[in-house]
Amino acid sequence: DIKDVGHKYYLELELEDVLDKDSTVNCTAEVLYHLGNKNIAPDVQFTLEGELKSTEEADHVFYTRIRSLEKELVAENIPDSHGHVPPELEPLHLLAWVASGYLVWQNSTENTQLQLAQIKHVKQVKRSDEYLQFDYVVLLHEMVSQEIIPWEMTVLWHPRDGVQVTWNSRQPGHTSG
Amino acid sequence: TPSMQLTPLINYFTDTQGLFLKALTGWESWDLRIKTKNEEEVKQLQFLESLEHLELDFWINPSAPALPVDVRIPAVSVQSVKAFLESQGIEYSILIEDLQDVLDMEKQDMAESAQRERSTSFDFGSYHTLDDIYAELDHLASEYSFVEKIQIGESYEKRPLYALKFSTGGSGRPAIWLDAGIHSREWVTQASALWIANQIASGYGTDSSNTSLLDKMDLFLLPVANPDGFVYTHTSNRMWRKTRSKNPGSVCYGVDPNRNWDAGFGGPGASNKPCSDSYHGPSANSEVEVKSVADFIKNHGNFKAFLTLHSYSQLLMYPYGYKCTRPDDYAELESLGRAAANAIKSVYGTTFQVGPICTTIYQASGGSIDWAYDNGIKYSFAFELRDTGRYGFLLPANQIVPTATETWMGLKKIMEHVLKKQH
Repeated sequence: DIKDVGHKYYLELELEDVLDKDSTVNCTAEVLYHLGNKNIAPDVQFTLEGELKSTEEADHVFYTRIRSLEKELVAENIPDSHGHVPPELEPLHLLAWVASGYLVWQNSTENTQLQLAQIKHVKQVKRSDEYLQFDYVVLLHEMVSQEIIPWEMTVLWHPRDGVQVTWNSRQPGHTSG
Repeated sequence: TPSMQLTPLINYFTDTQGLFLKALTGWESWDLRIKTKNEEEVKQLQFLESLEHLELDFWINPSAPALPVDVRIPAVSVQSVKAFLESQGIEYSILIEDLQDVLDMEKQDMAESAQRERSTSFDFGSYHTLDDIYAELDHLASEYSFVEKIQIGESYEKRPLYALKFSTGGSGRPAIWLDAGIHSREWVTQASALWIANQIASGYGTDSSNTSLLDKMDLFLLPVANPDGFVYTHTSNRMWRKTRSKNPGSVCYGVDPNRNWDAGFGGPGASNKPCSDSYHGPSANSEVEVKSVADFIKNHGNFKAFLTLHSYSQLLMYPYGYKCTRPDDYAELESLGRAAANAIKSVYGTTFQVGPICTTIYQASGGSIDWAYDNGIKYSFAFELRDTGRYGFLLPANQIVPTATETWMGLKKIMEHVLKKQH
């Protein structure tokens, strides 16, 4: 409890590779939730104790595949109602998961727990530069209120630069009608 | 067909009766990814590149063995190039040019496969409609003499609330209650309940634990506690949680049935707004789905355990949710909860956190296990099943049976303890 500033949490975490459960890395982090103004994202500092696996080859495969598409890729409901993700769309699912991590970070307080619930819609937007662009509509699940929140985001990605969320917009409520 | 090394992307299609091969013939060019193993192979590719009449389009020029080479080949040259690569022992794979068409084909194929007649036995490893679930309840009741389908009540939209009663005799024996799907989007719970029903039924007489339990106690299993919501998740909104009752004066439908019980009703941890996914409703038991169960249990008068299945988060919880003070039986419930969580973990290593609702997940008023506990049913537990957020409510169907299997081990632990305490 930091007077007039906020609440700071000291965390020791074990990160597990989603695609390889035996691959783990330890991590320490400090998270500061600011007092008062709920519109400021928490401050996060972290230190990885070890190295993350290289994904160079998989990145290259994905990048080349998408760049070579004649028609812009469009897909919806990932996973579908039965939890199924077509294998060729799994990278888009993972990309959305990382990008929605940014949304979660920017919109978290000590009283929220946000998760990506589903990709409702994703559309590739071809660009003249080297970046891949995907416009997503995702559903975030907020655990405490149990609300499902639709959110639009524009995601840029390049093997060299990683993920950027260049634009995002929370949409009005999920259809409670 | 020539021996081709296909990327995982298209293995699926070669399994579906040459659908893939049929589709390929219409395409104007093929994209190959070539993986060279050494300098010699790189040289061969460079030679290939020099043959202008083939009109090959190398996006990435062959330069070093480590980097894959992508090349677009006009249809007319494909056979020659493939023959050349194969004769040199150079590995290649085919990139799908038009991904959208592939996805469309896959969707179509999956729809066709779903339409194909299944064998007559119920597939516990996939998600089903309400009608199919109700049909399976009929099947179980007809197959086992000690299994009876009963109607607990009716939903808001007048669907029957069907439960299975497992009873090998006696009259008004001490009973165990188990429900699933009170929150309709938590699909792994209704699916697990079906598997568990089958497990209980088929295990009587062979499984010593099942047998000693059913020889002394009755079991009531309500697999779809919120049928209106469940149908809605199939027809309209997969993420629907609440009932489908109309809220007067609001455009929003439904009440959170697990905020609607008469236990700290209207307190913290529930919303008074009809549009909220945790709306508690106008009054306790306003939802017929809740009132039907509460009345049934009160009228029966001899329930010893109340167990309810939710997803997701992997938690095993006991009261209270409406207040953050410990129940009188805290020590016993905590210990039993831990034993059950260990039993779950012993199957596949899945870890469940144990504790009272308030401190384990969040403060939530009007919950079912709080009501059951305050009405004299000591062994009241709520499970939050797999997973912890990777798929959340959209848990892949291939995890249904593993989830049901491990959950059943936890439930059994609790039931065995309850049985032990019955004299």
